[in-house]
Amino acid sequence: MKVLLNGEPFATDAKNLDELCARLGLAEAKIATALNGSFVAAASREETPLTDADEIEIVAPRQGG
Amino acid sequence: MLTLYGAQFASHLLLGTAHYPSPECLRQAVEASGAQIVTVSLRRESARARTGQGFWALIEELGCRVLPNTAGCRTAKEAITTAKMARELFGTNWIKLEVIANDDTLQPDLFGLVEAAAALTEDGFEVLPYTTEDLSAAERLIAAGCAVLMPWAAPIGSARGLTNKDALKTLRAYFPDTPLLIDAGIGTPSHAAEAMEMGYNGVLLNTAVAKAGDPVKMAEAFAKAVEAGRLAFEAGLIEPRDMASPSTPLAGTPFFKIDHAS
Repeated sequence: MKVLLNGEPFATDAKNLDELCARLGLAEAKIATALNGSFVAAASREETPLTDADEIEIVAPRQGG
Repeated sequence: MLTLYGAQFASHLLLGTAHYPSPECLRQAVEASGAQIVTVSLRRESARARTGQGFWALIEELGCRVLPNTAGCRTAKEAITTAKMARELFGTNWIKLEVIANDDTLQPDLFGLVEAAAALTEDGFEVLPYTTEDLSAAERLIAAGCAVLMPWAAPIGSARGLTNKDALKTLRAYFPDTPLLIDAGIGTPSHAAEAMEMGYNGVLLNTAVAKAGDPVKMAEAFAKAVEAGRLAFEAGLIEPRDMASPSTPLAGTPFFKIDHAS
């Protein structure tokens, strides 16, 4: 399936959000996630299935004012 | 002492973490500023670059309280989702709430701000909203549950200082018991000192330090200005007057004579 990962088209067959993060090497990283504009808590990623055209955000700490 | 949502801080200066020439410069500037609260954001993480992971290690070393922002959010919905991601990421229910209305001025969208503040407060957040000096917006934000307000001095990064002093004084007078922090638009230490002399409880700044010729020295300058301004406010400023008033006593002035002829 094709999803939009951080604003870019991305092909994946990950079944859920947790699996996607793991495949990206971010399983242990300090990240937070959202799916289709809504927050998905770390504990809920495994039970959050992915479907075609999903819009996924994976964010991390960054400099800010 | 600065009290925000029950937490107390000796420093009245809050410092942003963006735009420094290097991570080491950021670390030294935070140290020189004496700031106990630093602002951070969250951005898309690349699996390859993993930029955020290194930055987080640096922030943890600083030992400051972290205040995440929702910078760049254009709607209440974006800000609410970003705040929830920030809460999990940074382990804090504090959020510097920004809902931006316009790219050129980066002014707050007050309608979206109030909407997001109400929803986030309801969800257990302690919201520090980036707002304007508008009184009715301040009333709505307080009614929505905000116990701290952060009005701008001037547009973010503009370094123009307190562009609407009368309104900022009025805001201070209207809400004597609400902690008010000046957020955005400060360019010089004297701007910061002036805000503190007006009775503002703190100043949040970033660009004026980060983009200074010597950010570490400028951080120290701002630290001194903010604390000087606070001391001055606590000491009680004298009122300005139209005419001169001699500071040296008149009594005993040599050569002084009363003109008895007139």
